[in-house]
Amino acid sequence: MFLLIVGCGRVGSNLARSMLAEGHTVSCLDQDPESHARLEVGLDCSWEEAGGQFTVGTALETQALEEAGIQDADAFVAATNGDNTNIVIAQIAQRRYNVDTVIARILDPLRAEWYREQGLRTICPTKVAIEMLEEKLRGVGETSGSPATSGGGAG
Amino acid sequence: MYVIVAGAGKVGVNLTRELLEQGHEVTLIENRRQRYLGVEQLLEHNVLYGDASELWVLERAGIERADMVIAVTGDDEDNILICQVAKEKYGIDRIIARVNNPSNRAHFDLLGIKPVVSATELILRLLEHEVPHHNLVHLLDLEEEEIEIIEIRLGAKSPVVGRTVGELNTPDNTLVIAVIRDGRGMVPNASTVFEEGDDILAVLDPQREEELKALFTVS
Repeated sequence: MFLLIVGCGRVGSNLARSMLAEGHTVSCLDQDPESHARLEVGLDCSWEEAGGQFTVGTALETQALEEAGIQDADAFVAATNGDNTNIVIAQIAQRRYNVDTVIARILDPLRAEWYREQGLRTICPTKVAIEMLEEKLRGVGETSGSPATSGGGAG
Repeated sequence: MYVIVAGAGKVGVNLTRELLEQGHEVTLIENRRQRYLGVEQLLEHNVLYGDASELWVLERAGIERADMVIAVTGDDEDNILICQVAKEKYGIDRIIARVNNPSNRAHFDLLGIKPVVSATELILRLLEHEVPHHNLVHLLDLEEEEIEIIEIRLGAKSPVVGRTVGELNTPDNTLVIAVIRDGRGMVPNASTVFEEGDDILAVLDPQREEELKALFTVS
């Protein structure tokens, strides 16, 4: 598959490398040219030599999206550091470019939830972190023997 | 009317002040602490500190009972999101969004965010009127209503120069409403003769624009 990732931060760059290693075609778009270096962490050649593609440009610019290959993309991941940017470009990928699989990373659980209900595929790392913390904390009272109020539920 | 304004820049603050003076109830939302504190001195309890693209902030501002939401932050993605949520989640019929970068205009259109206001586009339009670049200028576009008013400058080679309004075979749903000659406007009648350098104002269905343009200009 041809995957386009917008936002080449920690999430975007690591995802890009692992997807490339799995044999997919991967293109990244980021407004910061320096973010290219993040793609090469752990590689013994350049990102391009490894087969990857990198474009510098703003996520909302259709010209940049097209240069990065959105018209041929089978999958699109919106992983910039702005929730609203991710929500808007994911909808552009969906509605304007008809990309099959579109996923938006949204940090705010409320926005993630509402847009998920509207038919957008969303990943909310905040929600995942909260659930993991809840899970880790759930056993604490019982193992330390403190009189935890059981049955209250973690909500 | 209860209005929520997002973004306390110059536009947001002045808009809020004007609306308050007109007797409306307004909540202005600003997420930058410094800016909020500055504006709060001026507008007091009409300002709310928070990110207007967070649903709970909009709810705290009372979006359920708002008659109108106006998003005028400096970020187009924020303005799109605020208006989209206001319209689709909270059912607010009347929204206005500011477009900061004209090249983002297409995104607003794609996601059904309208009407939009773009200072850059307004100035460009005025500029075009003052210094015509092409010989066709849009003076008014009522997109929903499908009607527009355009201005066409007649060049020396225009096929209508020397002919009368009555001789024109104008397409249906188009009407020549004024002729501006030497800086003075007049309402033409059938015997008005077109001259080189005239600016013609016409009201028409936008779909007829090409036809009308072809009538007045050299192709």
